[in-house]
Amino acid sequence: MLKIENLHASIDDKAILKGLNIEVKAGEVHAIMGPNGAGKSTLANIIAGKDDYEVTDGTIELNGEDIRELAPEERAHNGVFLSFQYPVEIPGVSVTNFIKTAINQTRKAKGLEDMPAKDMLRMIREKSELLEIDRKFLSRSLNEGFSGGEKKRNEIFQMAMLEPKLAILDETDSGLDIDALRIVANGVNKLKSKDNAVIVITHYQRLLEYIVPDFVHVLHDGKIVKTGDASLALELEAKGYDWIKELV
Amino acid sequence: MELKDKLLSSYVAFENDIDTNSDIHEIRSEAFKNFEDLGFPTKKLEAWKYTSLNAVLKQDYSLFPNKGNSIQLSDVQKYFIHDIDTYKLVFIDGKYSSFLSESTHDTFDVCLMSAALTKPKYKAVIENYFNKIAKKDNLTSLNTAFASEGAYIYIPRNVEVEKPIQIINFTTGSEAAIMMQPRNLIVVEQNAHVQIIERHQSLTSNPVLTNAVTEVFAAKDATVDIYKIQNDDISASLVDNSYIEQKSNSVVSVHTFSFGGNITRNNLNFYQRGEHIDSILKGITILEGKQHVDHHTLVHHIEPNCESHQDYKGIYDERSTGVFNGKVVVDKEAQKTNAYQKSNNVLLSDKATINAKPQLEIFADDVKCSHGCTIGQLDDDALFYMQQRGIPEKEGRALLMFAFANTVLESVKIPEVKLRIAKLIANKLNVKIGFDL
Repeated sequence: MLKIENLHASIDDKAILKGLNIEVKAGEVHAIMGPNGAGKSTLANIIAGKDDYEVTDGTIELNGEDIRELAPEERAHNGVFLSFQYPVEIPGVSVTNFIKTAINQTRKAKGLEDMPAKDMLRMIREKSELLEIDRKFLSRSLNEGFSGGEKKRNEIFQMAMLEPKLAILDETDSGLDIDALRIVANGVNKLKSKDNAVIVITHYQRLLEYIVPDFVHVLHDGKIVKTGDASLALELEAKGYDWIKELV
Repeated sequence: MELKDKLLSSYVAFENDIDTNSDIHEIRSEAFKNFEDLGFPTKKLEAWKYTSLNAVLKQDYSLFPNKGNSIQLSDVQKYFIHDIDTYKLVFIDGKYSSFLSESTHDTFDVCLMSAALTKPKYKAVIENYFNKIAKKDNLTSLNTAFASEGAYIYIPRNVEVEKPIQIINFTTGSEAAIMMQPRNLIVVEQNAHVQIIERHQSLTSNPVLTNAVTEVFAAKDATVDIYKIQNDDISASLVDNSYIEQKSNSVVSVHTFSFGGNITRNNLNFYQRGEHIDSILKGITILEGKQHVDHHTLVHHIEPNCESHQDYKGIYDERSTGVFNGKVVVDKEAQKTNAYQKSNNVLLSDKATINAKPQLEIFADDVKCSHGCTIGQLDDDALFYMQQRGIPEKEGRALLMFAFANTVLESVKIPEVKLRIAKLIANKLNVKIGFDL
């Protein structure tokens, strides 16, 4: 589904990714771990299409198509979803209205009509129950005054509504207590299928006990330096990141 | 001939048509002398530093419409809030249109200033209220000098007016250029409640200059909600001078929606003469082209325990310009005053400008006063967030702007007005409202 080869990227002339390679197939869960500053969020944002970053070399292919020139919304229409580390507040737009607009704009891009109101309501109810989100919550302004946990749950709610092919969770576990973590992980797990893929970006092994990865990659100094299975995460938990730096 | 001279020399003709022996005319004459001395404001006056009337004053305006012009309801239906029942005072080129209006004298008066200024039954109210709070500045004096027609609304004690009142001033363009000076008086007695929707609408692209004065008196426990819809043709300019006096426990809100017009100047003044008064001043301005809007507000806190809330949002595109000058005066005796002022602005182009100035003069020491002005562009991170969810950039920008302006709409109490304004905003910003408000 996602194939990245020799990706080099910089921001403000500072090189962050220095030859990154990764391949994610449908049905797989990949975890990307690494110390601060390694380039994890950069990678997530570049796949999503944030134009602050400059791709200086390498390719990014989604289902065989090179997406480097596509606008963020086009990548979204092709099934890319990024759960943000710091979701932005948008006062004046309610959660419901935001997701309705997102869904209908995506349908429009595919030549479809707006989703009928009845279906939309049903879907909203279903997915908000899945994420244990109170109905009152949905009429609040998007992310305004939300706690960390509420913001992340709201991200996964949107993921549930948009049904992406490739979901990238950028430090979704940061700022979550055990209960919120359980709810978010449960939501992600329910959404997993053989037709979609998930990339979980995290510092800590804790989330990976709930969302069990098929592959764990360690990102260090702009490159993936080691790949293993779920047990690699436990090894990192025990040893820290320094031993990885020695490997390189 | 310069406009000032034209106005001065037309006064004799004006006096021919009115009762020059009345007390009212003494008031007019004094105001006339005042305007004679002061003339029109220029940029040398601090209050007019950023708003020049020069180009507007150069037009050759007709001052007194001499034709009885009529218009078809079907041509102007769209300018009314017509999905609810309302009282209406409709003026065409300054003359009352009984055909399009719906006035009343039942339990309260919704009728004409021309009647109020001349008929004996209104004498007491006129004596007590007319011109009592209007300032004696250049343009207010000019309006007072020629005061003859406009809206007269009198709500007696304890009366709750069950439907809103629409005041609409149409200009038909039958004159090549026309100057209008409506004069309104709104008196709301103790514990009475009323909602008013006001607009000026030119029906052609002939230049129009409106210099309006409105005095509002809200007695103890009264509530008044005023909605000013300023979406006129870009050839029409407006100076709106509104003066509002509030007594204890009263609540008055004025929402000003400025989307149209050439040059619009809103002078909005609140005088709090009592305790536990709440004054609410809100505005949404969305301009483009070479449009200009100037909001000069004043809230004068005179006695203790009162509140005022000012929230003005502006979106300026292309070469449009805006001014927000928010003045709050808190007298020494006005302890426990809470006065909040916000002016948030978004500039969409390099050539748009806004001049924002909070002016707080605080003489009491136990008060909560805040002011905040922001001028910026749209949040790029918010835009990226929306794009990542599949919302294209253009729609994302528009949605962000709609959301920004919409926060002022929340306090609009008439649902049909709220929806109407939301649609106007959505139109201006090219957003499709696919959702509920």
